[in-house]
Amino acid sequence: MAEFEIWQLYRKMLYSRLFENAVKDLWDKGMISGEMHLGTGEEAIIAGVVSQLEQGDAIAVDHRGTSSFIIRGIEPTLLLLEFLGHSKGLCAGKGGHMHLFSKEHLIASSGIVGASGPAATGFALALNYKKERNIAVAFFGEGAINQGMMLESLNLASIWKLPVLFVCKDNNWAVSTITNEVTGGNLIDRAKGFGIEGYEVDGTDVEAVWKVTNEAISKIRNNDGPQFIHARCVHTEGHFLGDPLLRYNRNPNLLAEVANSLKKYAGKSLDEILLLLRKIGGQTKKKVDPIVIIEKKLKNDPDRLKQIEEEVTKEIDQVVNKTLEIFDGGMNNA
Amino acid sequence: MPKMGFAQAIENVIAKAMEEDENVIIMGEDVHGLRLNLFARFGKERVIPTPISESAFVGAAVTAAMAGIRPIAEIMLVDFIGVTMDAILNHAAKISFFSGNKWNVPLVIRTACGGGYGDAGQHEQSLWGWLAHIPGLNIVVPSNPADAGGLMLSSIYADDPVIYFEHKLLADYWLDSMGSGGRTTVSFDVPENGLEGEVPDKWEPLPLGKLKQIKEGNDITLVSVGIGVHRSIEAAKILEEKGISAEVLDLRCLNPLDIEELKNSVEKTSAILVIDEDYKSYGLSGEISAMLLENGLTFKFGRVCTENTIPYSRELENQVLPNKERIVNKALEILKM
Repeated sequence: MAEFEIWQLYRKMLYSRLFENAVKDLWDKGMISGEMHLGTGEEAIIAGVVSQLEQGDAIAVDHRGTSSFIIRGIEPTLLLLEFLGHSKGLCAGKGGHMHLFSKEHLIASSGIVGASGPAATGFALALNYKKERNIAVAFFGEGAINQGMMLESLNLASIWKLPVLFVCKDNNWAVSTITNEVTGGNLIDRAKGFGIEGYEVDGTDVEAVWKVTNEAISKIRNNDGPQFIHARCVHTEGHFLGDPLLRYNRNPNLLAEVANSLKKYAGKSLDEILLLLRKIGGQTKKKVDPIVIIEKKLKNDPDRLKQIEEEVTKEIDQVVNKTLEIFDGGMNNA
Repeated sequence: MPKMGFAQAIENVIAKAMEEDENVIIMGEDVHGLRLNLFARFGKERVIPTPISESAFVGAAVTAAMAGIRPIAEIMLVDFIGVTMDAILNHAAKISFFSGNKWNVPLVIRTACGGGYGDAGQHEQSLWGWLAHIPGLNIVVPSNPADAGGLMLSSIYADDPVIYFEHKLLADYWLDSMGSGGRTTVSFDVPENGLEGEVPDKWEPLPLGKLKQIKEGNDITLVSVGIGVHRSIEAAKILEEKGISAEVLDLRCLNPLDIEELKNSVEKTSAILVIDEDYKSYGLSGEISAMLLENGLTFKFGRVCTENTIPYSRELENQVLPNKERIVNKALEILKM
């Protein structure tokens, strides 16, 4: 059984954060192509769950899986090379950040919303069949809870009593839609409807996440069937880097321009638009940062905090440098 | 004639249709943001944001269309159509037939497609050939603003379901959000004439199933849809310099397919190259060759298509997607020059 080690959790969370900050930097420079969905803001959930997994446990992640891969211990240089599209990347430059796979670690991702539900269920089916004591975790956003395949997976895992931990990371935004406005009932009741016990937790507090996860996982390993964790968090970078909604919000001139362009229609819903734009504004102002929260808890030992920060910063610098060295050495894509 | 952007032309036509016919509605994920102008103008009763539940809202759009309204259901990216395939494959496409043509499904499924910005094969597919395989679906793939508007207008008023493809390199807002994300540090091969172009003073519906000759030529027919048309035009210029006169045709629709005009062109050139960003096997290119053969033509044939899953790496992606170099090389190969 895992022990609660707050300093270790802090190191993992900080590592994930600084790694993803480095990813953002390379994306800004144009070295990483396409979309980039960072898990910044989710670190307490990912660390609180993944740190309690044992060897042989499986993880199914969504399009926002970098943090899970990092905290599960996948070589960070391989991830960074993958994001640069390099042949020596984790998936030979063919997958990119939404399609990461490590067979060795039994961790698989998908860019299709909801796909981690059936994926974790299938992993659990195989583990169960092979009489392993292992479990499978599904990470997904609350936007995915309205996908048929996710609801069907809850049911399958329940009727087959599979060792699945469903972890819903709820930032209340389904891409650019406020989830509350498109979701009936509440999620714990939904899980209960399938006969699955649900835990409500503050997903920005790693200690709280760790505790409910510990309870849920011990039930799963005791053959009590699937469990469901509903953890709230905030994505400080929006849905993805360069999220147009955040660009408007961070630039008051742009926001005014959008509002003005809509004025000419003077439609009955203009108020609704302005309300929406204001709500979007609220998304980033409410910065609940799990790293800040854990640092507050650990503030009584500032020296140790500082030391960890320095160490992790150095480690990430080394990862970036090593990656760029290989990258500058050229591709091997022939 | 006024100039307009590709996406702007589509929005302009939808606004016109919504103004004229209150039965036209939009539904889909994030449509309050993606279609902000229309949302502001027509309100949330007619521009309806949905949860991420494609199988439910597309399935519902099918029967909503049967019950007398004209929904434009948006599947954000065509890659996500897998989630709702049953509604399309077994319902939208079949109800008119099963009802003895007594009950139609006037539904438009609007979806973004295509690659060229490094997002990999779960977000960059084309899939129009896969969908055109199913009887009962109209498949529309415009390549420029004038066609985008005219074909959207006829799609909205078609009696049977239409899947309408919007290429992300042509629709500026898609490329902005998914490709550049506000960055100036990345670049894309965007054809100017597709991104922006002249549109008619007054929108008229363009008939579905009529191809357009973009350039006349005598030695070889280059036929394509969407972004491939622009790649073909670029290739035709290079071929011209080599003394080869290439005809460029824009199919605009896969279903119905304008086999008559295609036949006329190939009868003249006796050589055809299909340029298709969709997959090579079991798709548009094979279908075109089969149809021409069924029509008794003999001709030289080649195809430049996407042959495998689209890789994430921009370098690998560029090799996989059809481009002018591959088109020129293949044309020279089949003409044995």
